[in-house]
Amino acid sequence: MEIPIETYTLDNGLRVVLSEDHTAPLVAVNLWYHVGSANERPGRTGFAHLFEHMLFQGSESVGANEHFELVQRAGGTLNGSTWLDRTNYFETVPSNQLELALWLEANRMGYLLPAMTQQKLDTQRDVVQNERRWSMDNQPYGSWWEKLPALCFPMDHPFHHSLIGSMADLDAASLEDIAHFFTTYYTPDNAVLSIAGDFDAAAARAMVERHFGPIPRGGAKPPLPEMDVPTTFGEPLREVVPDDVMLPRLFLAFRSPVFGSAPYYAASVAGAILGLRKGSRLHRALVREQQVAAEAQAFTYDLTKGSDLLVVDVTARPETSTETLERTVNAELDRMLRDGVTQAEVDRAVALIETDLVVALQSAGDRADRLSMYTTYFGDPHLVNVQADRYRAVTAEQVNVFVRERLVPENRASLLYVPRDSEFAPAQGDLAMAETP
Amino acid sequence: MSTTTRTPSRPPASRPAPAAPRDYHFPRFEQRRLANGLRVVVAPVAKLPLITAVALVEAGATQEPEGKEGVAALTAQMLLEGAAGLDGAALADRFERIGASVEAYADWDVAAVTLSAMSTRLPEALALVRDLLRMPTFPEREVTRLRDERLAELLQQLAEPRGLADEQFSRAVYESHSRYALPSDGATNTVGGLTLDDVRAFYEARYQPSAMTLVFAGDVTMEQVVKLVEPLFGDWTGAPVQDQRVAPDVAQPGRLLRVVAKSDAPQSEVRVGHIGLPRRTPDYFAVLVMNAVLGGLFSSRINLNLREAHGYTYGAFSAFEWRRAAGPFVVNTAVKSDVTGDAVREILTEIERIRSDKISEDELTLATSYLDGVFPIRYETTGAIAGALASLIIHRLPEDYYDRYREHVRAVTAADVLAAAQTHLHPDRLRVLVVGDPATVVEPLSQVTGMTADVVDAADAEAGA
Repeated sequence: MEIPIETYTLDNGLRVVLSEDHTAPLVAVNLWYHVGSANERPGRTGFAHLFEHMLFQGSESVGANEHFELVQRAGGTLNGSTWLDRTNYFETVPSNQLELALWLEANRMGYLLPAMTQQKLDTQRDVVQNERRWSMDNQPYGSWWEKLPALCFPMDHPFHHSLIGSMADLDAASLEDIAHFFTTYYTPDNAVLSIAGDFDAAAARAMVERHFGPIPRGGAKPPLPEMDVPTTFGEPLREVVPDDVMLPRLFLAFRSPVFGSAPYYAASVAGAILGLRKGSRLHRALVREQQVAAEAQAFTYDLTKGSDLLVVDVTARPETSTETLERTVNAELDRMLRDGVTQAEVDRAVALIETDLVVALQSAGDRADRLSMYTTYFGDPHLVNVQADRYRAVTAEQVNVFVRERLVPENRASLLYVPRDSEFAPAQGDLAMAETP
Repeated sequence: MSTTTRTPSRPPASRPAPAAPRDYHFPRFEQRRLANGLRVVVAPVAKLPLITAVALVEAGATQEPEGKEGVAALTAQMLLEGAAGLDGAALADRFERIGASVEAYADWDVAAVTLSAMSTRLPEALALVRDLLRMPTFPEREVTRLRDERLAELLQQLAEPRGLADEQFSRAVYESHSRYALPSDGATNTVGGLTLDDVRAFYEARYQPSAMTLVFAGDVTMEQVVKLVEPLFGDWTGAPVQDQRVAPDVAQPGRLLRVVAKSDAPQSEVRVGHIGLPRRTPDYFAVLVMNAVLGGLFSSRINLNLREAHGYTYGAFSAFEWRRAAGPFVVNTAVKSDVTGDAVREILTEIERIRSDKISEDELTLATSYLDGVFPIRYETTGAIAGALASLIIHRLPEDYYDRYREHVRAVTAADVLAAAQTHLHPDRLRVLVVGDPATVVEPLSQVTGMTADVVDAADAEAGA
């Protein structure tokens, strides 16, 4: 199964990926900018994401609330998202509205600043601070989003700090910061535009040239600080977080091979053996057999620089002590480290991942997003068509090499949430238990 | 910091006009009935080698016996815990090693087993679905485990403001004896008493071929499906099912202000609304458009007011929850604690405003052209198509419902919207439920609503306050 791909680059450096599919009269437009929270300067945590909000506040030819309105009036869906190393913007529209979507994206890439005002910035700052409260501060375990990367990456590493940002840093963001960030990072040569769905390639190329062609290339981007880190933490890391929760929950992270690298696929399969669906080891052992956990899963961050993280996430049952939770999770990891995995386990994991890959290619929006992703990270959109092959090529021995190297105790970072008033919670003010190398 | 300006070589092109739209049809589907009453619905969609199959059973939460709330969900989940000589772990393994995913759950109206698989794997996967629907073994150990997992989830919910607010809002809208007052998966006091016998009895009473529909969407034809389904399900005989429990939707009268205490909460979870409408309401499309103007979209009045004008929240939306009986109408948001009163005032104002003044032509066309235009985008996946067909079956909608959906949307007028708002939004019955810090929110909320706040503790409230 292969999706068609056409790719080219405009004179200003904008990489364009086209993938036709005429099944339904709809088309997805997707832009990745190669900038994320990792690019933030000190004192401006959360800025990349706040900036993403500002891109919905209009541009030279688009009024304050018009961006959302124009797309919705056209019968489209839209959003944007910010990650550690990229920011994306996307809409799916009826195919006869393709040019509107391209025009909107080009207008904010080329002509954003005239529309920026202090009042818009102040309002979006409030909105983002409420997003922080909603997703983290008023949500049980919500702080794991910032505590886990902080635990796993050294203090000065670009992945260490909070993506959503601190309230104080958000307060400090200014219109000058907006102009600087825009001029530096929101340039055509730092972006990938993907179009997937029902369109005519020649017509789409003409539209892209018309709207994006006049936007000038950017200057040099400030280099990111050193991203490389050792392959393991060097010693077990552990942080205990008392929170307004009823059940203890353990996030246990390993440094693992970066997304897209050859050993990444073995790591991803190891993660699926540990924690993908009910047939996974953690679910079978901890939820079904020992009944110490209410839920268990594993996932990867899919980071492409420095180190990826493979994370095991297990929530205890009410009668399970935090000590039992930690002991039983680590026992399962020790067992895998000692005995390795079987070919049957690899086959189960790969079969599930393969189906998921096909399921994900059903929607034009997902196809466009993956094309942008592979182009942004690796300069090659065709990688979308070889993922199933990469997974099918993974052997039990490759998984076991990963397991032996990375599931070792000195590569385990434990972030343990405990009910605030429980006997396991350390006293207030005694939270500095984290040790990062 | 110096910023260089990046000036494009020419001004932006003017706003493009849309090209001519292309036709779209909701995927064609066929229906058949086997001799035993089992209904089969198939939508062949050959885009990718995938299938979504859904078995719908008349075994939802509203069909539970009184006092056994939660047994529908528990029974559905137990289907996966052992069947035809395989235990739960072995069953999971059989599905997963062919890359298939299976889920079983109950919602308000029906129970469902959903299968997602590569189309080449359908014969094996469907045979397993047959096993778990027809020959579940219901091991007692797993009944206890799943019951305890549900109790753990309910316990955790006490510390989870969003889920707590949803649950408490239902209790604030419906009479306590009404099924909709409790979560569809059951509450602590009802789930705690569920036994293996309850599961068996519910299964025997409700899981009958005459009360079941198999929906398929994906890379398969009706002929292929019938060839698979006949030998697997054709010899299944059973008794007709009894009618569902009556009136799950009895609402409490009058207005209410209730604050569920979460001291020092940085944000308030706010729910404002009242009993809504059954899915098969005659003016469904007018209500749909009215809600899209009020709070159904990002560009709706409530979100533009609370988020974009005031910065009170990350998002604010309204919805009618469509069930066979009257689910709730609810405005849902989370706001910074110290603006809770202001935010509720704005919500009340918006509800008043859409009842008193006709919406503008601009607002009407935003809502209708969105609902009209987005229709094909909703059905890109086999899962979404199967879900749409399931909804057709559950709510007994006409067979041409999806073919006529867009013309129905386009026919709604501003006068229809005003009538829908005046008929179906009830300021005199609004229930305001806030999970937040009482010290900060009670006084402003009382002022804004003109009501005395009923302040409750989460644990007491869950026990049935």
